[in-house]
This record gives sequence, structure tokens and C-alpha cells, in this order.
Amino acid sequence: MKSAVIVFPGSNCDRDLAVAFEAATGAKPTMVWHRDTALPDDIDLIGVPGGFSYGDYLRSGAMAARSPVMQAVAQAADRGVFVLGICNGFQVLTESGLLPGALLRNAGGHFVCRDVALTVENAQSAFTSRYAAGEAISYPVAHHDGNYFADDATLDRLEGEGRIALRYAENVNGSARNIAGILNDKGNVLGMMPHPERVIEAAHGATDGKRLFDGLVEGLLARA
Amino acid sequence: MKARIFVTLKGGVLDPQGRAIHHALEGLGFDGVNDVRAGKLIELDLADGTSDEDIDAMCRKLLANTVIENYRIEKVA
Repeated sequence: MKSAVIVFPGSNCDRDLAVAFEAATGAKPTMVWHRDTALPDDIDLIGVPGGFSYGDYLRSGAMAARSPVMQAVAQAADRGVFVLGICNGFQVLTESGLLPGALLRNAGGHFVCRDVALTVENAQSAFTSRYAAGEAISYPVAHHDGNYFADDATLDRLEGEGRIALRYAENVNGSARNIAGILNDKGNVLGMMPHPERVIEAAHGATDGKRLFDGLVEGLLARA
Repeated sequence: MKARIFVTLKGGVLDPQGRAIHHALEGLGFDGVNDVRAGKLIELDLADGTSDEDIDAMCRKLLANTVIENYRIEKVA
């Protein structure tokens, strides 16, 4: 079980994500720098972490999405490698076209940093298999640009294809249809604004995020 | 040669920054401001002979996110 975490200048959740990957897989992930053009061979799982890549210049995630390593991530995703983008990682995945839509400035104008109630919308995905459909959970959020936007046709398609993985139970940022996390059409790419890696051990005060990583790894091992 | 790229949010895309500016203008006593939309101006200093197609590609591939933004190119002599 090989995993990697991408590191951009300005990433600040990369080490937290690495801890979560290591706890779930039992092996340290490879940290891959944004200028690298290749990922480790036989990679199973790639994390695109939160932070403020390139200082959020131009648009959140815009510069990171065009960095050399993201071409390798896109090719891996196309081959079916699993990709998890959290917070800035979600912004990078939409900017790179791996996921539809865009993350706008929060509707209220404020940076929102607190625990947020969520509903697991699709518990069939590889990322959410250890949750129950409709289950109420809580993950922290910490973002300024988390207001998910897509045109109505795209939103309808996401709904119809079961690609909304998580919704906000309380809409903290103005996201269309309360969307907190979405899947790509093949189900191997998940982007989400909330931070499951911040709630994986008792010392964090909550462990709702642990099942995401454990379920994902369990599913990947079962496929292998 | 130089080019100015004006990047603006599409109609219907919420602009909290524009709204905050609007409120601030009202706070200063400027009545009659119906709406404010904030955008970006990006100035490019380009090699002579850079094609229109290349400038357009720069906009589509990086400078604007066409999911949420429009862009307009103004070439400056």
C-alpha cells in the first residue's frame, strides 16, 4: 500500500495528512515536491493537502494546479489511482479540472475556522464506505474560499450520479446545494473542504475523520 | 508590446468583495451606487509579435477560470 502527499510552497496540512495516511496504511507516505514530474511507482493513493499554495496568488489553487507534479497526478487519477484533495487540495483539483466547478470566496466574506456538522450523502464511495448514508458527522473547516459553485446542469449531474459525498448540515460558506465534498465520475477522486485528517485520534478531541482513511485503505487493499 | 487582461466574475457568481466595497461606499455617504463588482487587471509585457491566439490561450489556461470568470483582452500599443 503506497501513498504520497503532494507538497506545494505554502502547503500547511501536508504533515497532518501524512500522519493520517501512515496511521491508516501502516507505511510512511512519500512526500512529493511540486516541481517533481513523477510519482513513486505503483502508487495507490495520493493526497493533495490543505494550505495556501503559492500564497493563493491569482486564485486559490490556480498556480498549484499548473505545477509539474499535477500533470503526474492527473495521469495517475486517469489510471484509477485514488486521489484525496482536502481544502486547498480541493481547490487545486477543481482548478486542474480533475473535479468540476470552483471554490469561491465564502458568501459571508469571513474566513471560517471551526467544527462543522456534515451529512454523509453517499456512503457507497471508496472514501465513505465506513459511514452510513445520511449519517451526521463533524469535521473542522478552516477556509476563506470554500463556497462551492457550479452551473445548474453540473450540479444536477452531480446529484443524479451520486457524486455529492458530503453536504454541510449548516451551510457555513454559501456552497451551492450545501456541497462540502464531491467525487469525480469514476469515484476515485474526492475533493472536500472540511478536514478529516484533523479528527483522527482521541487527542484531537474527536475521531470522525478516522473512518474515512481506514475505510479507503481497507477498500484499496481489498481491490489489490 | 503590452496587453491588459481584465478578469471579471460572470454574472450570477456571488462577489462578496464587491458587496463589501458597496457597503463601504454607502458608509461613506455615497448614495445611488446600485451594485459593485470587483475584478482583476493583469498587465502583460509581451515579446513583439506574440499572437492573439497565444494571449487568448494564456487567459484560458491560467489567467481566468472560465467556470466562474470572463476575460477581456486589450492590446496596448
